Amino acid sequence: MRIVIKNGRVVDPASKIDETLDLLIENETIADVSRGISVRKGDTVIDASGCLVLPGLIDMHVHFREPGREDVETIFGGSQVAAKSGFTSVCTMPNTDPVIDNQALVRFIKLEAEKGPINVYPVATITKGLKGEEISEMGELINAGAVAFSDDGMPVMSSVLMRRALEYSRMFDVPIIAHSEDLDLADEGIMNEGKNSTLLGLKGIPRESEEVMIARDVILTRLSGGRLHVAHISSGGSVEIIRRAKSDGITVTCETAPHYFSLADDAVAEYLSMAKMKPPLRTEDDRKAIIEGLRRGIIDVIASDHAPHSLNEKMQELEYAPFGIVGLETAVPLIITVLVRENGFSYLEAFEKLTVNPARILKIDRGELKAGKVADVTIIDPEKKILVDEEFMLSKCKNSPFIGRELYGSVIHTICNGNLVYSNR
Amino acid sequence: MNSLKRKDLLDIQSLSVEEILLICRSAKYFKDIFTRSVKSVPVLRGKAVCTLFYEPSTRTRISFELAAKRLSADLINFTVATSSVVKGESLIDTVHTLEAMKVDYIVMRHAASMAPHFLSRNINASVINAGDGFHAHPTQALLDTYSIMEQRESLDDGTLAGLHIGIIGDIKHSRVARSDIEAFTKLGAKVTICGPPTLVPDDFKLYGVDISYNLDELLPELNVINLLRIQKERQKGSLFPSLREYHRQFALTVERFRRCRDDVIVMHPGPVNRGIEIDDAVMESPKAIVNEQVTNGVAVRMAIFYLLAGGAPLEEMNEE
Repeated sequence: MRIVIKNGRVVDPASKIDETLDLLIENETIADVSRGISVRKGDTVIDASGCLVLPGLIDMHVHFREPGREDVETIFGGSQVAAKSGFTSVCTMPNTDPVIDNQALVRFIKLEAEKGPINVYPVATITKGLKGEEISEMGELINAGAVAFSDDGMPVMSSVLMRRALEYSRMFDVPIIAHSEDLDLADEGIMNEGKNSTLLGLKGIPRESEEVMIARDVILTRLSGGRLHVAHISSGGSVEIIRRAKSDGITVTCETAPHYFSLADDAVAEYLSMAKMKPPLRTEDDRKAIIEGLRRGIIDVIASDHAPHSLNEKMQELEYAPFGIVGLETAVPLIITVLVRENGFSYLEAFEKLTVNPARILKIDRGELKAGKVADVTIIDPEKKILVDEEFMLSKCKNSPFIGRELYGSVIHTICNGNLVYSNR
Repeated sequence: MNSLKRKDLLDIQSLSVEEILLICRSAKYFKDIFTRSVKSVPVLRGKAVCTLFYEPSTRTRISFELAAKRLSADLINFTVATSSVVKGESLIDTVHTLEAMKVDYIVMRHAASMAPHFLSRNINASVINAGDGFHAHPTQALLDTYSIMEQRESLDDGTLAGLHIGIIGDIKHSRVARSDIEAFTKLGAKVTICGPPTLVPDDFKLYGVDISYNLDELLPELNVINLLRIQKERQKGSLFPSLREYHRQFALTVERFRRCRDDVIVMHPGPVNRGIEIDDAVMESPKAIVNEQVTNGVAVRMAIFYLLAGGAPLEEMNEE
């Protein structure tokens, strides 16, 4: 089976190609990227004029809630949301119920994912039971298909355990993904500590609760080696710590989420629990610092931290509502609208954070548009406006502060492993 | 203007100076009514008021209930201990039940900041905030404002300009402090907040207040001293080392009271920890208007019900 994508603007951050080209897919593989590819009888032809042709996007931080909260989202359902949103690969976080800390559960995720349209890479826990006491059987988990380790949702509070995890993981060359939060300092806060938390009388989460843990972990990485990847950074201070660590040659990478470059903490008064997540939305200065961190390449990855919660759970007093918002559907439109249109990012700069960079961190052979590579391709119309409404949100849960927004950037086709898995034409 | 053009009373921040003055001036009228022998007026006849308290409070609830009764409302009280809340019913479901029973006003006290704001967006009934978390306690701030204006006879002028008001104690965790600061500064007062730095965060400067850690230096300048109740459990979080040390640093002792201005007004939202934030003898001074605040609380809450109900010319009502 052949798919020919004609006249699209091929943007491939790995090779820095950004020009109008055709792309040929044969079965599961990209066969050719060049000008004037001829169409044969029986080919599926996609006219991508005016559209971006990107490597299939990778979201290295999602919560699909299965096993445990299938009422909220499933691996299959979440994969469909991802495909509609332009993603061909996702990493599922292990803080499910039960937590993903043994090989049987990793295999379960892989098995469930086979029913769905996209690639799912399980992340397993750093510590058994997510308890922060003993490290998980990393070798066994990798053999079963885990690509990274994280206690996401909970920090590894013990410094010595974090040191051991980084040390032990060296023989597998996999990232340890840190949820960086000093729980003592965060002190059961609800939103960013500052003027807005003062005005609203809500317990604050100081940025320092994130920054001291990132500082600790980069220092531990200097000590122990290993590969540290810091999840969802939200503050300007965190960007600065990582910049310095990288310039010191420490093996650290990091990610941020679209809400941290799109909103600041004044949104909490307006959206209440729909703007409640961890780490919390910070100040406008932080938002700008995150954008600059992305522009300068200090922040390697954009990941959605897609976190579905039922409306019942979110329709509570702000203090009692759970942390987290859904992010898959709005990721591409926010990147196009905020980074490209409002802040002048090139498409190469913006989309390297969802293609080649996460692929290299995860050591998966995807995220490139090159002959011989697996045919994961995302086609986006960057000029087309979308309205973020309940219908647009395919997720079971609509817990998003962006509902009601008009944004630029519509996913037209998603091709995964050579299959057209989503199409809105 | 003789009514509040709003559904809810949630915080001071959203009130204009005109609205604050309208409430205070109406309160004076209601105070006159209920200090005479016939204390009731039929403003809320046929209306149902529910006091919905998710946090224990005696004085605020009773004050609201008395205010509603004196306006002839039908009153129901919904307390957490005997309600379905212990069965885990959500706030929204509870309140939709109340709405189904056609309750017109919900007076809510809640330990979670912003809970009344969340509620008000999702129901049709009027929501009156009787205190939410650390966030707001607007009726307390309005009765404090009224009490100061009454003492200073400045209700007609409608300003607190020229006054220096000190708020002493645990500012950080105080909804009274936040609402008082907003009300006092809106009306032109200079406000200084005073307490240990652990309880007086720098972020409060956004309100345009001064910060002091030295009560002895501050006291002689103050026209009004508003002491907040110190929560003993704050000590556990190492926010101050002991009640003894707190008393030494920040209590209004007899000795400190002597160095205050002659015309000083001493206020406290209650309940008072005698011997911790204020000494007994100071409480007994005529300059301490704590009981007058309680009386004014009923008047202010009557005024709020009345004005949210759409008001009516006060003269006509006088004829009833």
